[in-house]
Amino acid sequence: MHETHPTPADASLLNMLPLALLVLLTLAYLSAAYRQRSATGGWSGWRIAAFMTGSLLLGLALAPPVMEWAHHDLRIHMVQHLLIGMLAPLGWVLSAPVTLLLRTLSPGAARHVIVVLQSRTVRLVSHPVSALVLNIGGMYLLYLTPLYAATLQNAALHHWMHLHFLVAGYLFCWSILAGPDAAPHTPSMHFRLGVLFVSMATHAILGKLMYGYLWPRGTGHGVEEIQFAAQLMYYGGDLAEVLLAIVLFTMWLRTPPSRRMH
Amino acid sequence: MVTPPPATSPYPRRSLWCAVLVGAGVMAGIDEIVFHQILQWHHFFDHATPTVGILSDGLLHAAELLAIVAGFFLLLDLARRQLLALSWAWAGFFLGMGGFQLFDGIVSHKLLRIHQIRYGVDLLIYDLTWNLTALALLAIGVWLYRRASRLEQD
Repeated sequence: MHETHPTPADASLLNMLPLALLVLLTLAYLSAAYRQRSATGGWSGWRIAAFMTGSLLLGLALAPPVMEWAHHDLRIHMVQHLLIGMLAPLGWVLSAPVTLLLRTLSPGAARHVIVVLQSRTVRLVSHPVSALVLNIGGMYLLYLTPLYAATLQNAALHHWMHLHFLVAGYLFCWSILAGPDAAPHTPSMHFRLGVLFVSMATHAILGKLMYGYLWPRGTGHGVEEIQFAAQLMYYGGDLAEVLLAIVLFTMWLRTPPSRRMH
Repeated sequence: MVTPPPATSPYPRRSLWCAVLVGAGVMAGIDEIVFHQILQWHHFFDHATPTVGILSDGLLHAAELLAIVAGFFLLLDLARRQLLALSWAWAGFFLGMGGFQLFDGIVSHKLLRIHQIRYGVDLLIYDLTWNLTALALLAIGVWLYRRASRLEQD
């Protein structure tokens, strides 16, 4: 045995990194929200609650014991995926972090952020269709190819997968809701519902394909474990996407009829 | 004394169609809960299903979920604006339930063969019961529809 394995201390340090970043981001949001208390209207407690819910769900999914467990059990991985890629991003999007950032920064710094938000790259990835491709396309690529097996062997790839889930999930929720932060694209309600429809359908189809043809392969997971995980993807995906649809329609209902987009 | 006409009159067509969405979604939900989860008669995946069946099943599943959410919120919006025509909405609800049940019984089970009602039994009686239930729901819907038209003329 001449392979070099990371020492347990290194591994645990690397595993703590996402959690440490999460704590930093949460503290940054809370202190920015606290500084808004004197501004007119302050900062909504609901938004703070939404951010904290997102952070707690992420913290749960990224906790080292859960990470360790998910490494061996596809069912736990699927719950983790649901939390990181679908439920936590919805909470964070609803907390309007970009608006809070722009209000907190000095006018000069805020202008730089706006330049980044209006850059071609951000505009490209934040369109509902590209967010859909990044989100669901990424999932097809991960589970229906040997990529998933590779993420179990390579720590960097493993962390990259979780980051991709989070970013793609955030972009998808933001592009579908086109709010509460001003979104780079605001296509019609019908268009966004159409994209959400495609997302729900392709998600359900992926769950069935994994169940029926036993993907991901090459991981040593048993038949029953894969089938249970596939059903978790199917019903868990339903839950998260119905929740997104409910939020979308609630925002629509609260818009006066004369100002609604069709 | 003449009562002033209401500022806006209800939207019968819109009430009907929004309720059709809810009815179809509710029937799909009943199907999912009773036959897939409680009785476990339906199979989650049937290897006899052609690929087109699996793809269309995903599309249908997404449509059901969105229909129930969209229909519910559209009805809620009508009600809040006092534009909901309740008798038309009930007709739409039953037409939606019956329509979905018949579609599921004929297209999903028989044409696309997504799954059967139950496995290891003679299907004829199950298929007949399923589709007759659908026709009964549709008949209630038609009766409510005619009642709503009559009420509107009075």
